[in-house]
Amino acid sequence: MRVTQGTFSFLPDLSDAQIAKQIEYCLDKGWAVSVEYTDDPHPRNTYWEMFGTPMFDIRDAAGVMTEVNACRKTFPNHYIKLNAFDSTRGRESLRLSFIIGRPAVEPGFGLVRQEGPGRSVRYTTRAYATERPEGERY
Amino acid sequence: MNARVDPIPSREGQTAAPAGGEPLDLEAAYRDSHVGEVLESLDRELVGLAPVKSRIRDIAALLLIDKLRRAVGLSSGPPALHMSFTGNPGTGKTTVAMRMAEILHRLGYVRKGHLVAVTRDDLVGQYIGHTAPKTREVLKRAMGGVLFIDEAYYLYRPENERDYGQEAIEILLQVMENQRDDLVVILAGYKDRMETFFRSNPGMSSRIAHHIDFPDYLPEELLAIARLMLQQMQYRLSAPADEALREYIAKRRAQPHFANARSVRNALDRARLRQASRLFERRGAAISRQELETLEEADIRASRVFRG
Repeated sequence: MRVTQGTFSFLPDLSDAQIAKQIEYCLDKGWAVSVEYTDDPHPRNTYWEMFGTPMFDIRDAAGVMTEVNACRKTFPNHYIKLNAFDSTRGRESLRLSFIIGRPAVEPGFGLVRQEGPGRSVRYTTRAYATERPEGERY
Repeated sequence: MNARVDPIPSREGQTAAPAGGEPLDLEAAYRDSHVGEVLESLDRELVGLAPVKSRIRDIAALLLIDKLRRAVGLSSGPPALHMSFTGNPGTGKTTVAMRMAEILHRLGYVRKGHLVAVTRDDLVGQYIGHTAPKTREVLKRAMGGVLFIDEAYYLYRPENERDYGQEAIEILLQVMENQRDDLVVILAGYKDRMETFFRSNPGMSSRIAHHIDFPDYLPEELLAIARLMLQQMQYRLSAPADEALREYIAKRRAQPHFANARSVRNALDRARLRQASRLFERRGAAISRQELETLEEADIRASRVFRG
């Protein structure tokens, strides 16, 4: 199952040229771009690992792309996303975030039912991949 | 800003322009790029440096022609524009590098046109494994602009075979070769030491297309530079002071540690100090605007150059 998260999530994966253009847009706006990765794609997992620090002093997309490619090389089978952080006073939050790398095979999510008091049922989802320990998931 | 280029050069989008028959309008391309203004301001604000200016003009012409060639579908890879600036201290290497970033940006060769000036300390780490990330960090910052490495020969220290400088050089070489359209590297340094540096790093030398030598300034040029500097600082020289400055330059040139335009700047800064304390001495009396902006002969003659 293809995981969809963030901006552009219902489009096909962006090509490198398209990613570079998005980065260019972020840099023109003065946002700091950062790269993050994870092997736990649960939608509620908002804390992905940072790949290096956010890039506050980069002027050109080519600089960010070297970092993106370095991350892909280190984690070829992880989810990788790109965040753009707006440091304007009063905003100070992410403006754009989208997935730029994913594992070759995505096993998807299973539904877990929990029996509660009075025959009530609680539902939750669980990524099949997370049944295995960290680092061996994909 | 119509000279912007897409981050990834695309083959489509280049309209098939007149093939063969119709002549292309070089004049229009020249006008559109606004490179004329940059070259003019280069002529106006930089004194002397004839070989440097002619080389910059050559490069500007090449890039313009390249643009036209691309417009008619003649393919040619981006020319390698890495440069080395060699010359004595104070001959304007850094100043020209700044201009170069602007010129290359106007011509659409670099996308952003900023200059990242670094020295050995910014590239080379202190322990094993520290150098590569440091160098990559600097390169990332310079992408889309010009990386200016001042006193580049310090990167290579032959006396210490375990020096990490070699690692920085290797990473630099790799990026200079593979990401030619992402950044331009300019190395600068004193002539003799740069020659030793290139001799021991032939790979570096061969990847640099333009070796530009900055000549020493003639006394006349130094005087013109001094006048230009004063004009920018909103000072004037009185007629005898002008004469004194001419003598000063002639004397100072013969002394050791002469650093061309930098020495002239220092001399002027000291003259300003003397002028300030001279005016301060006679506080109480009214001071006119003219006195505030004029450097007198005495301010210059008080230099220790005249005493020796």
